[in-house]
Amino acid sequence: MVNLILYIALGFIGLAVTLTLIRFIKGNTSVDRVIALDVMTISSIALIGLISHFTGRVIYMDIALVYGLLSFTAVIIIARYFEKGL
Amino acid sequence: MDNIIEIIGAVVTLIGSIFLFLGSLGLVRMPDVYNRIQTGTKATTLGAMLSLLGIGIMHFDWYGKIIVLIIFILVSNPISSHVLAGAAYYMGIPLTKRSVVDKLSKNIVLTVKKEETSDQENNKK
Repeated sequence: MVNLILYIALGFIGLAVTLTLIRFIKGNTSVDRVIALDVMTISSIALIGLISHFTGRVIYMDIALVYGLLSFTAVIIIARYFEKGL
Repeated sequence: MDNIIEIIGAVVTLIGSIFLFLGSLGLVRMPDVYNRIQTGTKATTLGAMLSLLGIGIMHFDWYGKIIVLIIFILVSNPISSHVLAGAAYYMGIPLTKRSVVDKLSKNIVLTVKKEETSDQENNKK
């Protein structure tokens, strides 16, 4: 029962990443692509949490934290570059 | 009893993943950069927080790292969306035709004019 619900959740998150990939490829401006990258990273954090449940290891949560930190820094630096401040 | 708690956690995770899916659907369907920033950040923040909270309900020992992760997402995601919206407006990406009001345009035009006039005055001096 629990595993069935979690597999459905996994499917929803995979579908979310796939839909975001459409915007990432099609995106009209470069800001669109950065937003798509941000959404993909946040979805991947939830995905890493689910993987950490399936394998039963806490250490994957640290990987999710570092991944979020890198994504945040990357978005801030790219926005700074768009404003011609870098 | 444990089974009930696990089912509650799984349902919370499912709700969070549905929020993530709806956020990415809005990212595909919205007409404008600013609308995409709106839907792509707020729905995604709630979805990721609910997913991690459901996993935290299922595994009670892991709550420290999960709380740190939730607070980090809650703080960092609005900041990045705010900075991106400012950068998009600075780049001159137009709003959609259905938008009603644009209060930032007046401020930007006024400040640019003031800077230009002050520069001209400095050149005359």
